[in-house]
Amino acid sequence: MMIPACRLADLPRGEAHRLDIDPPVSVFHTDDGELFAIDDTCTHQDASLADGWLEGCEVECPLHASKFDLRTGAVDAPPAKLPVRTHEVVVEDGMIYVQLSLAAPNLPPCISARLAGGPA
Amino acid sequence: MRTVAVVGASLAGLSAARSLRKQGYDGRLVVVGDEPHRPYDRPPLSKEFLAGSLAEAELALEGDDEDLAAEWLLGTRAVALDHRGRKVRLADGREVRADGFVLATGAAARTLPGSEGLAGVHTLRTLDDARALRDELARGGRLVVIGGGFIGAEVASTAYALGLEVTVVEAAPTPLAGPLGEAMGAVVSGLHADHGVRLVCGVGVKGLSGESRVDAVLLEDGRSLPADIVVVGVGARPNVEWLEGSGIALDNGVKCGADGRTSLAGVVAVGDCANWYDPRAGHHRRVEHWTGARERPDAAIATLLAQGAVEPGVPRPPYFWSDQYGVKIQFAGHAAAADSVTVEAGSADGRDVLAVYRRAGDPVAVLGMNQPRLFTRWRKQLGAPR
Ligand SMILES: Cc1cc2nc3c(=O)[nH]c(=O)nc-3n(C[C@H](O)[C@H](O)[C@H](O)COP(=O)(O)OP(=O)(O)OC[C@H]3O[C@@H](n4cnc5c(N)ncnc54)[C@H](O)[C@@H]3O)c2cc1C
Ligand code: FES
Repeated sequence: MMIPACRLADLPRGEAHRLDIDPPVSVFHTDDGELFAIDDTCTHQDASLADGWLEGCEVECPLHASKFDLRTGAVDAPPAKLPVRTHEVVVEDGMIYVQLSLAAPNLPPCISARLAGGPA
Repeated sequence: MRTVAVVGASLAGLSAARSLRKQGYDGRLVVVGDEPHRPYDRPPLSKEFLAGSLAEAELALEGDDEDLAAEWLLGTRAVALDHRGRKVRLADGREVRADGFVLATGAAARTLPGSEGLAGVHTLRTLDDARALRDELARGGRLVVIGGGFIGAEVASTAYALGLEVTVVEAAPTPLAGPLGEAMGAVVSGLHADHGVRLVCGVGVKGLSGESRVDAVLLEDGRSLPADIVVVGVGARPNVEWLEGSGIALDNGVKCGADGRTSLAGVVAVGDCANWYDPRAGHHRRVEHWTGARERPDAAIATLLAQGAVEPGVPRPPYFWSDQYGVKIQFAGHAAAADSVTVEAGSADGRDVLAVYRRAGDPVAVLGMNQPRLFTRWRKQLGAPR
């Protein structure tokens, strides 16, 4: 599924744009001008990676500082253990689109429980 | 270097072992730990694990198929460091010979003198502590928490959510005044009253009463607080007694440089047991927070492998988080250095402040309550080289 995110001109370098879909996805514009899309929710707990610390091709989770590689979704160190999903980004006529991955997301336990209807 | 011994098998020890392998060390690696458990994460012990929403298996710090090619000597305590003989002696009589040593023995909860052997009295530092406290909280009743610091406040918050009647006793006029300053300490500890948890401040604890089981906390002003369960959250002390007599410089923990080097060659210290030189603050500081125990081993291992021949970089300002009553509290920097604190976003009453601490106009610390995005921006700015 191709989802329109925002205009490229509206996403400065060093910033992220969160798409409020379920689960949320974020598009990152790196300082070098590259665009990446990953699942927005940290795989450790309920934190938005769009709120994190972007450096090079990595985003550091705003809560407990695990770092995710925007290119592969891989996580570097605890407390998070699982990678995030990556999605393809396409720019057409100045508009950023996200091609959603078909893989299953790695959501943190607190959110998976909520989705399954259990206690948050 | 052919053998490295890491003493302490928790976050700082595991991070050091990982740094060794990441930085290309392929020699023998021995990790000694006195707890019988594989390395596990402590922050959830006062939060999700205590609340019963996180299972024990989820505390593991190691990845499922992680293999550091290390020899793990668990359930055995190091009792001496013999620097001349380049070895660590263990309580069971064994010895580990090595060329490099990483000291990562962390800290232990302080206790109240005279409370030993009284049932219903707990401290919280280890998985075993947390199991015992969790089982006790499940029975319900009146909980008195002695100490309004982060651990005490988190236990109070978790127990409140479990339905217990909770009182927090704090000797200082305001809890958290040390780490956050008085004004913001009051704002954050206002969370207790917001939820109907009683906070008794400015009075010390004289002792506990009870025959075999605790039944009350006795205050210095003569009051007595009835209690079914008591949690003593009065801070931690570094686990360095075993190093006495080794010749290493000790001062509120293992005294070390900004890169973890100690007074002995080939020995570095990391995590809660290490009293690091902080170039930003201009003095030594022992920081008892997760992120330091996780990140600083990288620098210490670089120093160990280079045999001291590398220049230490300036570490990021100390950072910690705490979760209380559903509010994410984050702090970075040095509150004590500040001459002013201003609320830049949110409000104290709304319990969603983003407050910036400044000294002579320059930001030196930042506090956030449920403000992760703004907090990260300020934290990044604090960490930028000036
Ligand atoms: C309940 C709780 C909640 C916390 N919550 C937060 C939080 O929300 N945010 C935050 O930033 N920080 C938090 N912390 C702090 C964080 O967990 C510590 O900073 C971190 O665990 C320090 O890691 P460490 O490896 O240096 O020490 P430790 O975790 O204390 O580990 C040291 C290990 O060495 C072992 N050891 C000691 N002496 C010897 C010996 N002589 N021989 C062999 N082994 C020995 C100990 O048994 C232990 O296993 C919390 C801590 C606790 C206890
Ligand atoms: S929520 Fe991201 S590392 Fe903990």
